[in-house]
Amino acid sequence: MTSSTLGKDLTGLEHMTPEQIRLILDTAEPFKEVSERPIKKVPALRGKTIVNLFFEASTRTRISFEFAEKRLSADTVNVAASGSSVSKGETLVDTAKNLEAMRIDMVVIRHPSSGAAEFLGNRIASNVINAGDGQHEHPTQALLDLLTIRDKHGKIAGLKVCLVGDVLHSRVARSNIWGLSKLGAEVGVCGPWTLLPRGIEDLGVKVFARIEEAIEWADVLNVLRLQLERMERGFIPSLREYYRVFGVTPERLERAPRDITIMHPGPMNRGVEIDSRVADGPHSIILDQVTNGVAVRMAVLYLLAGGRAELADAAKRGGVGGGGGSE
Amino acid sequence: MSRALQRMAVAILELGQGTDDLILIGIQRRGVELAERIAKLIEKEEGVDVPRGALDITLYRDDLGTVGPNPVIGATHLPGDLTDKHAVIVDDVLYTGRTVRAALDELADFGRPKRISLAVLVDRGGRELPIQADVVGTAAKTSPDDRVEVQVDEVDGRDQVDIVR
Repeated sequence: MTSSTLGKDLTGLEHMTPEQIRLILDTAEPFKEVSERPIKKVPALRGKTIVNLFFEASTRTRISFEFAEKRLSADTVNVAASGSSVSKGETLVDTAKNLEAMRIDMVVIRHPSSGAAEFLGNRIASNVINAGDGQHEHPTQALLDLLTIRDKHGKIAGLKVCLVGDVLHSRVARSNIWGLSKLGAEVGVCGPWTLLPRGIEDLGVKVFARIEEAIEWADVLNVLRLQLERMERGFIPSLREYYRVFGVTPERLERAPRDITIMHPGPMNRGVEIDSRVADGPHSIILDQVTNGVAVRMAVLYLLAGGRAELADAAKRGGVGGGGGSE
Repeated sequence: MSRALQRMAVAILELGQGTDDLILIGIQRRGVELAERIAKLIEKEEGVDVPRGALDITLYRDDLGTVGPNPVIGATHLPGDLTDKHAVIVDDVLYTGRTVRAALDELADFGRPKRISLAVLVDRGGRELPIQADVVGTAAKTSPDDRVEVQVDEVDGRDQVDIVR
């Protein structure tokens, strides 16, 4: 019931407690129903102004946040880097301070630099939500993954979840590893050596060099998008070869000792990291992930918005700024 | 408590002159259990299984900014469209009336009932809004410092109403 349950910002799962993560998942549960109503809207965030500040292209995440905001009755503004004063050389903090001068309450930020969300959160009084920062974290994606796994399997603890593909460049992978480990799942990663971060074993994850071994081991495969620009930079020889060696195909899954739940954060490259027959198959929960994304984001917005009263007090005491950060 | 619920069941039947179009809607949490009990009593009396719904009004509260979020949001489920139904809101305690105000707003998003009534187990006075109950199990004089605690068997393991002064 305290307003500081989540703190001011949501920048990543690395420093969150299992209780905080569970609180978000449990709060998301009733929000699922709101999207099924004839009038898909509740007044919880009426009068709040939220800016979606996207410095990188995004369809799913931006729209998902926007639906979440609108279904909570918040007023939203979308700012894309191109076509804004950012392209005239304004700094991130200046952009945000100008927005704050127009009396906003929250900023949802997607940025190509790792740490951008936390950096911003430490400098403005509004709540900041990380919608993906560089190769660092994408917390709401991991939270929606956790919720979808919990829906499907009834639990998270004890499950074996393997992240497949480009783990090196993936903020989704990083947030998933933190979240899954904190909730007691076993985490594996599988991909070409060039796309696995060095020393990833130190995070307590199992490393599989071959997709067949990962399939043998896992209950859940979370197949990451192969970022096509990686090919030009020499991380993989060719898309066809990647599909041949690491593609998740029905033939490979048939040899698994159990039914494996298939996830993908999107956007998919069909026929590269995942075969269409798998993506559309009976064990795919890829579209459930998208549905749950709205509910999870509603939960995060709702829980953070409740912290405003306390935040206002802290701001009056001069406590917001350097110290008002991520706890 | 069972006598009070029995009286409420009879009064609800009299309100709508029978069970036609009647829907009982319990407010999370204990209102849901009370609505369930009243429905069973009506079934015993009339042989009709009255549809029930549950409503959590947390997201319609007017005090999110001052009390912070309530992390425990209960389920909301209604038995179909409410248009042209007689919806009876069931709750354990009627106090300021703000919960009922929120419930009325929320119900409006689910259709246009031909009538909405209010049935409460305890009316403790102290209204801050012009809202009155149609059916009252028992009325209690209380001061703002008192707490009225309703316990029901399904949630708390026993039926009891306490006024803690």
